[in-house]
Amino acid sequence: MAEVLVYVDHVDGAVRKPTLELLTLARRIGEPVAVALGAGADATAAVLAEHGAVKVLTADAPEFTEYLVVPKVDALQAAYEAVSPAAVLVPSSAEGKEIAARLAVRIGSGIITDAIDLEAGDEGPVATQSAFAASFTTRSRVSKGTPVITVKPNSAPVEAAPAAGTVEALAVTFGALATGTKVTGRTPRESTGRPELTEAAIVVSGGRGVNGAENFHIIEDLADSLGAAVGASRAAVDAGWYPHSNQVGQTGKSVSPQLYIASGISGAIQHRAGMQTSKTIVAINKDAEAPIFDLVDYGVVGDLFAVVPQLTDEIKARKG
Amino acid sequence: MSLRIVVCVKYVPDATGDRQFTEDLTVNRDDVDGLLSELDEYAVEQALQIAEEADDAEITVLTVGPEDAKDALRKALSMGADKAIHVEDDDLHGSDVMGTSLVLAKAIEKAGYDLVITGMASTDGTMGVLPAILAERLGVPQVTLLSEVKVEDGTVTGRRDGDTASEQLEASLPALVSVTDQSGEARYPSFKGIMAAKKKPVQSWDLEELEIEADEVGLEGSWTAVDAAAQRPARTAGTIVKDEGEGGKQLAEFLAGQKFI
Repeated sequence: MAEVLVYVDHVDGAVRKPTLELLTLARRIGEPVAVALGAGADATAAVLAEHGAVKVLTADAPEFTEYLVVPKVDALQAAYEAVSPAAVLVPSSAEGKEIAARLAVRIGSGIITDAIDLEAGDEGPVATQSAFAASFTTRSRVSKGTPVITVKPNSAPVEAAPAAGTVEALAVTFGALATGTKVTGRTPRESTGRPELTEAAIVVSGGRGVNGAENFHIIEDLADSLGAAVGASRAAVDAGWYPHSNQVGQTGKSVSPQLYIASGISGAIQHRAGMQTSKTIVAINKDAEAPIFDLVDYGVVGDLFAVVPQLTDEIKARKG
Repeated sequence: MSLRIVVCVKYVPDATGDRQFTEDLTVNRDDVDGLLSELDEYAVEQALQIAEEADDAEITVLTVGPEDAKDALRKALSMGADKAIHVEDDDLHGSDVMGTSLVLAKAIEKAGYDLVITGMASTDGTMGVLPAILAERLGVPQVTLLSEVKVEDGTVTGRRDGDTASEQLEASLPALVSVTDQSGEARYPSFKGIMAAKKKPVQSWDLEELEIEADEVGLEGSWTAVDAAAQRPARTAGTIVKDEGEGGKQLAEFLAGQKFI
């Protein structure tokens, strides 16, 4: 059976959920061979094996943290050359897409980004994508070279499928471009204790209707009652009420959770582009004419300052 | 010595319009208004600010696209860019990111550059991979997704706000920079700027001038194939209630029914 390279996104050995989802998709088209780079790479093997990796190729070097993106491309290329895979899958993070893109140029392959589903086809893997603010669904494939495909979080279930997960050291030679962009400082993002926005199963977002940074705790309280991530519309971010890293939409992050709750968000096309593929959509808005209500499974026309706290209290009461 | 800046911009269908695919599954551009991609306005703005700080700088805006794409160049020129290059060729129709990036890279090399600046992604395709691909093709450092950028003494520095950390980056010119919508509000063209833009030079190049074969680009030369495009079925109308004091509780009931609570 053909081998499929899966690029592992991990933080010091803790594998992030989108990579485990990739393993589910990879098994549909072949045998997953995982590539884990940087500090803690060896520690990823157990969980990767549990989810179907037949082999884990690891490498660590100071270049991975001291320089931007390119050293990881050199390593993924080394893995590609060692394995000759049928496809290369990478999580659709900002960095993941850059790594995948540069690899595709080097190996003379086409690239598909932000796939939301993947299946085996007669002419190679077929990727489903959403286009035009998710108003269209397309099915595409790579027609030249080895398919390089990046996949959005929440596109597949995480499934246990025990495999060997044999760890092998990957030999990497860094090219001249690897040291081109130096990382001279790094400030870790302060942890809020909430799930990462793009990976969360539930996202609770606030918009213009929240009317001030001091009111965002209403949104956060609801999110915490559900174990959800907090999002914000561009209007709320531009007004300085919430950090840009939480922005959902065309110029922010694209989310696809099981449940999306929009509070005080009218639903401009730019916002819809970032959340329309959410499975269940709920909105709370004073304006009954707000376009967000065209998308909802359940909508409440009302003042979020009354509805949201009542909802939060009710959830807490039901959860005991 | 003059700092040569090339800004890559894209002419995109207006996102608020009714966007469709044509029969060959490329984007239908006939029935939709186009404009300079909003995310590229930030790239033009940063180029202008870098040029203002430099002793001597020249900004060239570059686009690949059909006749109408000149509108995007005019907008950038009216914001303050010095000159423009339009790569237009019938054989470019249907090019994917690999084809387009090949054309851009050849045009950038032909134009001459110290610094290439792009937006973080287009607002139509939204792939966000073009900047990295261009850096790879040009063989220069990628200093991408910057929310702050500065160029001084042949060095570009900037801040990249990622999912898990905020990074400070540094590279020597020549380099490729991409900027996010957090890099700084883009200026509006002044009346004077709009009038001046009409006199600024716009060069037109085709594939022959860039020594690119027709089969390397376009729909035929594309590295990916779209086999099907279907309009998502309209969502079935949801339940909408008016809050009369119990809205939060009713919503909780719905969420419990869906097993979210």
